[in-house]
Amino acid sequence: MRRVYCPHTEAEVREMLRAIGAPSVEHLFREVPRELVRTGAIRVEGGLSEPELCRRLEALARENAAFGDFPQFVGAGSYPHFIPAAVAEVTARSEFSTAYTPYQPEVSQGTLQASFEFQSIVASLTGMDVANASMYDGASATAEAVLMAHRMAPQRPAVVISSALHPHYLQTVRTYASDLPGMELRTVPYTASGATDLEAAEACLEDACCLVLGYPNFFGVIEDLAAAAALAHEKGAYLVSTTQEALALGLLKSPGELGADVAVGEGQSLGLPMSYGGPGVGFFGCAQKFLRSMPGRVVGETRDERGNRGYVLTLATREQHIRRERATSNICTNHALCALAVAAYVSLLGPRGLREVAARNVRNAHYLAKRLSGIGRLRFFGPFFNEFVLERARAREIWEGMVQMGFMAGVPLGQWFPELDDCLLLCATEVHSREEMEKFARAFEEAAGGGA
Amino acid sequence: MKGVVGGLRGGLLAEPLIFEIGGSGRYAPVVCEEEAGGDGEPFPLQEHLLREGVEGLAEVSEPEVVRHFTRLSELNFSVSKNFYPLGSCTMKYNPVVNERLARLRGFSELHPFMHPSFCQGALRLMWELERDLAEIGGMDAVSLQPAAGAHGELAGMKIIRAYHRERGDGRRKVLIPATAHGTNPASSALCGYEVAEIPCGDAGIIEASQLEGRLTEEVAALMVTNPNTLGLFEREICQVAEKIHRCGALIYMDGANLNALMGVAKPGDMGADVVHFNLHKTFSTPHGGGGPGAGPVGVKKELERYLPVPRLIERDGKIVWSEDFPESIGRVRSFYGNFGVMVKAYCYIRTLGGEGLAETSRMAVLNSAYLRKRLEQVLHLPYRAPSLHESVFDDEDLRHLGVSTLDIAKRLLDYGFHAPTIYFPLVVRGAIMVEPTETESKRTLDAFADAVAAVVEEAKTDPDLVKAAPHGTVVGRLDETRAARRPVLRWRAGEADRDR
Amino acid sequence: MKIPDELRYTEEHEWVRVADDEATVGITDYAQSELGDVVFVELPKMDRELKRGDQLASVESVKAVSEVYAPVSGRVTAVNTDLVERPELLNQSPYEEGWMARMKLSDPSELGSLMSAAQYAELVAQEKGRK
Repeated sequence: MRRVYCPHTEAEVREMLRAIGAPSVEHLFREVPRELVRTGAIRVEGGLSEPELCRRLEALARENAAFGDFPQFVGAGSYPHFIPAAVAEVTARSEFSTAYTPYQPEVSQGTLQASFEFQSIVASLTGMDVANASMYDGASATAEAVLMAHRMAPQRPAVVISSALHPHYLQTVRTYASDLPGMELRTVPYTASGATDLEAAEACLEDACCLVLGYPNFFGVIEDLAAAAALAHEKGAYLVSTTQEALALGLLKSPGELGADVAVGEGQSLGLPMSYGGPGVGFFGCAQKFLRSMPGRVVGETRDERGNRGYVLTLATREQHIRRERATSNICTNHALCALAVAAYVSLLGPRGLREVAARNVRNAHYLAKRLSGIGRLRFFGPFFNEFVLERARAREIWEGMVQMGFMAGVPLGQWFPELDDCLLLCATEVHSREEMEKFARAFEEAAGGGA
Repeated sequence: MKGVVGGLRGGLLAEPLIFEIGGSGRYAPVVCEEEAGGDGEPFPLQEHLLREGVEGLAEVSEPEVVRHFTRLSELNFSVSKNFYPLGSCTMKYNPVVNERLARLRGFSELHPFMHPSFCQGALRLMWELERDLAEIGGMDAVSLQPAAGAHGELAGMKIIRAYHRERGDGRRKVLIPATAHGTNPASSALCGYEVAEIPCGDAGIIEASQLEGRLTEEVAALMVTNPNTLGLFEREICQVAEKIHRCGALIYMDGANLNALMGVAKPGDMGADVVHFNLHKTFSTPHGGGGPGAGPVGVKKELERYLPVPRLIERDGKIVWSEDFPESIGRVRSFYGNFGVMVKAYCYIRTLGGEGLAETSRMAVLNSAYLRKRLEQVLHLPYRAPSLHESVFDDEDLRHLGVSTLDIAKRLLDYGFHAPTIYFPLVVRGAIMVEPTETESKRTLDAFADAVAAVVEEAKTDPDLVKAAPHGTVVGRLDETRAARRPVLRWRAGEADRDR
Repeated sequence: MKIPDELRYTEEHEWVRVADDEATVGITDYAQSELGDVVFVELPKMDRELKRGDQLASVESVKAVSEVYAPVSGRVTAVNTDLVERPELLNQSPYEEGWMARMKLSDPSELGSLMSAAQYAELVAQEKGRK
């Protein structure tokens, strides 16, 4: 028997069995009823050597069009951004990647301190008082924010949510909310600007615990959070802001400054590869008043008995291992390694670097929008960050045609918004050069068969 | 400034916060192309939308960033450095080749909305992984979407809820044994269920007779971990399952401890209707200091239509995503799950294959039995039935010395070992839960057993030494009361020295 | 272990001090010592009407949460907001500075069923004996 990743020789196995006093390894399974024990091997392919494995995986990887090999102008919740080598270098360190959850703080200060730094960064970016040590992704963080608002205002069962939210986020909120008694989701439409219709929101906020908006929203449009906050607060609801493109927070006014009570989102843009949609990292910031109702793991600063500063997991009484069914959430982990990448990326760029990159995203996206506006028309007039919606007859067909020409022309919106069947959501970031955008625009023209 | 300036302390470095390094105006590399669209034109966004620049971020150079995080890494215990006997966590070796392969550009730089014709490699990998997990778990279909074990529980319990709802069945209650992980009741509650606890019997397992009187029409499911958190195989699982099914309820099996049974026995054969898998435990993907992991959920045929969407289907010889499952519970997150983690688990499974997985479980159980044999000579073992991949001791023999489980755990850190899982499961007072996994050598197991024996000896001869441990770590025991009473959860400028 | 004579007690380790028709409520010295360092106290809302046995407050230590029940029925007329900033008062001074709430009694006859200091001391002795 070739044992992979298990160091024992046959002699050692025999020696260990002797020490145990067992006649065979099989004997150790004697508590498992015989009818449950498989006699033959299960049908799972394997036994690849390392070179064989590498060949297999390299072949699979080659079947996928990586960014760079295949010009793409797609965002929609997962963004191509440049990741400095230092970020990847730091997160690849096995001291970080192969560590467990820091339950023994004395030997986990690395992960703990990095998480504390991540929390500080999230609090700064979102303009919130506090933040947790990260969540799975932006969608589940949004769902958790809604559940928290509901916990804080249980007498207000409705949740008012923008239909201009990332459809995956909206669907996730729906799933999370579906079995909780009394919770009712109300979606509100968007206007011609591409922003959420706040008048429509006002009409259904009466018994709502929160109003949920994307910032920027799914269409890339920068919502008027200040107006939304004023509205929500006047009606006694919290404002939850969710950001699928975290880089925007390096340039735009923070949700906290604009009056949001909870600011969540997806941090993939800040140092993580797209990785076919995961792992990214959810972030969760909120006002101080939510502190003890917040979901997820939290790291706090403290001292040891010698007076040294140190970090520990804290506020554990919110969590399942103590509160069990009365916990604030069932989440029992975070995305610590991804949070580390964010901490390294943001620290590397600093406030000036972040602002520069974000500004470059704005310029590139606007350049591309302008360049394409002769071929299609901008569907929405609201201010946008690095994504915009282009309307052009036969959009879906053009998109397919572009794929055959070797370009990803954004993502067709008809799959989620029937009324936007002739629309594509396009994205340009700092990684797109002017030359690439020109090439793309020319191809788009060709695929569209001339002007609008 | 005490505690702020980095320096050597007991051979280890203490590291200031990143915000305390560097200075105003310093920042790193230009990560933009030199020339971009629209330069020279007025900035497209109006001033009132913009912030000045984020306050409270570090302004540091690249060398400072790399050094800072490298130093922090050195303050961590990790699998790559030494042995983690953490019960229930399955801290096995994380194969390095899998890390490298997950970083291949075709995987890591792949956009989730890439046209399916241009990501068949990724889809094929996920398609095969779904089938492999189904085979291992004895399930008929799998969704890879959940991001963690508790997330898989959430999806699984939603599926159970959807199943009953479709039958017009308003069952309200989920039975959960006292040995269960805390996430089980929390996930059930999140699905709107009430939790009824099954107390732990003398044998440490659920006895079919315990279900008498508990099985009403109110019961939607039993959540069970097998082997359970005492490391004991639920011997009566088949009888239990039969009773549960007869009353119209379903069995959810928490796959946290699947490392004991891969390729040896299938949860599906034991009557499980829903199972989640922890790719970060059983299938060797690294824990990352607390994530990202992945918690795929598998179900039997009659529950397949409730799985989260989107799901992979085959169409015209291609694998594509489909949302066309109207009875689905919906999404539990964005996109398709933690794909980067799936790549590593796939590599692991392809390396081992069916027979290799079974041998892995056999060796995990052998290691556990051997370590138990050695440890029971020095520690008290409350449940004496044969255990599989882990065993649970307690501090009963040490209490009269004033030494607790926590003290033993902390002192082991001084010996260079991570502490076992402590104070869990809750049914054992002062629990010390040890799971060695298959990747540890006999030499390591012996060294750990020797260390435990030495600590127990110290507890008798010099209890104060043990009670004040750890002594050789970068920080001593941290004041958790202080952390929780006045939570400091972020750095703020001007509050650098919080010694008040 | 302090068990002041002039107070009344419950089996759940709450104490009650009565003046006219108002009761001051807290947790006992024994309760605080069992809990360990208290890190957070969740106080009841003012003017809430509580029945005897309803949850009045919750007390958190680092690794446990305990509920405090209303020992008598009545309306909450005052809460000790000092505990928000200084939860350690519960440990340091459970009967004085660590009081939790005042209630206007709605059924003074309930007082008769509370324990005397001597009865409570016996209960604590029994509980300790079981450990």
